[in-house]
Amino acid sequence: MSAQVAVILPIALPLATMAVLVLAWKSIPAQKIIGVGGSTLLLISAAALWWQVDRNDILVLQVGNWPAPFGITLVADRLSAIMVLLAGLMVFAVSVYSLVTIDDRRVEFGFHPLVQLLLMGVCGAFLTGDLFNLYVWFEVMLIASFVLLTLGGERGQLEGAIKYVTLNLISSAVFLAAIGVIYAATGTLNMADLALKLRSFPDEGIVSVLAMLFLIAFGTKAAVFPLFFWLPASYHTPPVAVSAIFAGLLTKVGVYSLIRTFTLMFVTDLDFTHNLLLLIAGLTMVTGVLGAMAQSEIRRILSFHIVSQIGYMLMGLALFTPLALAGSVFYIIHHIVVKTNLFLIGGVVERHCGTGRLAETGGLSGSAPVLATLFFLSAMSLAGIPPLSGFFAKLTLIQGGLEAERYAIVAAALGVSLLTMFSMTKIWAEVFWKPAPEEALPEACGEPHSMTDRFSLYGPILLLATFTVGIGLMAGPVMKASLATARQLLDQDAYIQAVLPNSRLPESEAGAADSNADVGPLAGQRPAAQESPQSPRGGTVE
Amino acid sequence: MDSVILKTAIRFLLPLLLLASVFLFLRGHNEPGGGFVGGLVASGAIALYAMTCSAAAARQMVRVSPRVLIGSGLLLALGSGLAPLFFGRPFLTGLWTTVTTASLGELHPGTPLLFDLGVYCVVTGVTLVFIFSLLEE
Amino acid sequence: MDIILAITVGGLYAAGIYMMLRRSVVKLLIGLGLLSHAANLLIFTAGGVIRGRVPVVPAGEMQPLETIADPLPQALILTAIVISFAVLAFALVLIYRTCQTLGTDDLDQLKATDT
Repeated sequence: MSAQVAVILPIALPLATMAVLVLAWKSIPAQKIIGVGGSTLLLISAAALWWQVDRNDILVLQVGNWPAPFGITLVADRLSAIMVLLAGLMVFAVSVYSLVTIDDRRVEFGFHPLVQLLLMGVCGAFLTGDLFNLYVWFEVMLIASFVLLTLGGERGQLEGAIKYVTLNLISSAVFLAAIGVIYAATGTLNMADLALKLRSFPDEGIVSVLAMLFLIAFGTKAAVFPLFFWLPASYHTPPVAVSAIFAGLLTKVGVYSLIRTFTLMFVTDLDFTHNLLLLIAGLTMVTGVLGAMAQSEIRRILSFHIVSQIGYMLMGLALFTPLALAGSVFYIIHHIVVKTNLFLIGGVVERHCGTGRLAETGGLSGSAPVLATLFFLSAMSLAGIPPLSGFFAKLTLIQGGLEAERYAIVAAALGVSLLTMFSMTKIWAEVFWKPAPEEALPEACGEPHSMTDRFSLYGPILLLATFTVGIGLMAGPVMKASLATARQLLDQDAYIQAVLPNSRLPESEAGAADSNADVGPLAGQRPAAQESPQSPRGGTVE
Repeated sequence: MDSVILKTAIRFLLPLLLLASVFLFLRGHNEPGGGFVGGLVASGAIALYAMTCSAAAARQMVRVSPRVLIGSGLLLALGSGLAPLFFGRPFLTGLWTTVTTASLGELHPGTPLLFDLGVYCVVTGVTLVFIFSLLEE
Repeated sequence: MDIILAITVGGLYAAGIYMMLRRSVVKLLIGLGLLSHAANLLIFTAGGVIRGRVPVVPAGEMQPLETIADPLPQALILTAIVISFAVLAFALVLIYRTCQTLGTDDLDQLKATDT
């Protein structure tokens, strides 16, 4: 499979699946089969993309053969490929899980096409190299998530959705305004071109304003302090499958955008931007975990933990050293898998006991020992107990923090880790160890009946738990990939060269010295440069 | 809505509007116009018909379900984007060919026309879904 | 011209934020609408307001003959308008359903999912 095809497939496949699902609107079995089939294909194509990127470094696709910076550019570097791969894995797991947990009424209203639409938006956001295109993918993703969040129209869902919709629309408006201002300032929206132009931009004040506008826009989507309030107000309201996919993917798109813009474009005033990011990271960690401690319902606790962990991901970005960034990447990989899995497990618990309120649950370690084991693994991984994935992620971040001599954030990260442990043991003690409450209805605590139902419920959880353990046991290769990703992120010249092969770089900054060596073997893949730059159309009609 | 004027007028307006939508769609090839506007005009015409007669009658007139229009339109647009991949060109690159006809002279149809047709179908389909579900509520 | 547009953008932002701080859900939605208009007008202003020609290269020429208007901000705005239209239509249906289900449009009453 050529590189060109590999880059476009993660966007084209969900679109095709969605179109087929719309054509097969009436039949519920067809919706389920096509939905899972499409997710499987996406997972395969994402793996192929990762394989290609691993061999070829940065893949660039100039859509419509219009050369950058005039056309839309799709760029797949290591970070994009990792994110797409994780998105594929999560959607695969969740769509299998949704076979049993999503009721037929929601399937009739288009649950599966919406998941595919969401996926297209997420993958598009990961792959684009153009700011306005990023905005469009954000909106695609948001519209799909709005409908998924409200699908079913229960009281809580509607209330949560109002907050979710409002804050996300505000953040979109800020994003749009930022795009307008950055276009006025530089005359381009291509990220590589922007990176080039912002380096030598005369007015530092405007660059700072732009950085802050993007920080607010992406920060709201990523749910950082103090912009996170929409998340705990809405994530626990929809069905579990929807919660799980939101928890795994949506905020991470915000984090990805922050990493992309603050490693590529806004790197001229590190003292200001990245110190602010570090402060935000610390506050996000602490407020998130404190919020979680005050909660007494599984999914609400987990929602606050998402916020807390966004802080860890930003910590690596803010420290801005290769090791710390690698820690961020490792943390994202670990977090997406574990957090989705915890939500899925929370869903099974709610099925068993008819509620997610800790006080009304109990006794599951006896009645569902497999589930208890799976939860224990994931929860300990989230808290960072060796040899699970979370331990290595946090270890790398803390090493990065010590190396950069930022001891306050290291202390915060360790403290928050301890509190996470406390939260997880709280769920463990209440849901699994405590004897079942007397008044629990016996019929609510039933196992799913048929074999296929059990497979669809436990299969994805088992798969993700295997990944959690696997990432921990094979921390070496994952760490190597994360480090390579971090180095690539810090090497802005390589990115710019890949997107704009004809650009002449000014004297490169420190840390980007070996860029020319990386670019050499890529020269043959650039589509736009060979053909005449004026117009890709053959002839014109009168 | 029970209006004699509209009911009489729609007989002439409907074909005219649909024709105008096709005209706009084809004009979009090289001048302002295109599938989006064309689709909106077409769905406007059908909406007018649905309001004067009934949503059920309009559904019958369109024959295909709006969802089929959306799905096939999406596939058509996507297919026109993927087609250049088979010729080793990037996604969405325009492929053009020249057709010489007796009556119209030289024509240059290409994949952008297919893409626009897909947009036309999707826009019509989506608008019709809105209108029908609003009218039938 | 730029000054007038800049003041309008500022006014739209102020009005939008004021409306969003009201308690009624409907006013919140109007505020969101104004906010997206403000952003669109900001792009328009930021793109440079000049009296230019249509940005279409005449047949047989390789480049435009006169000063042309920058087409990109207009394309961006067009896209943004279509998107915000869709999103606001969704939000309208959402608040309609919310008012129907919960029997109130007072944002202060909508706190069951808060923490």
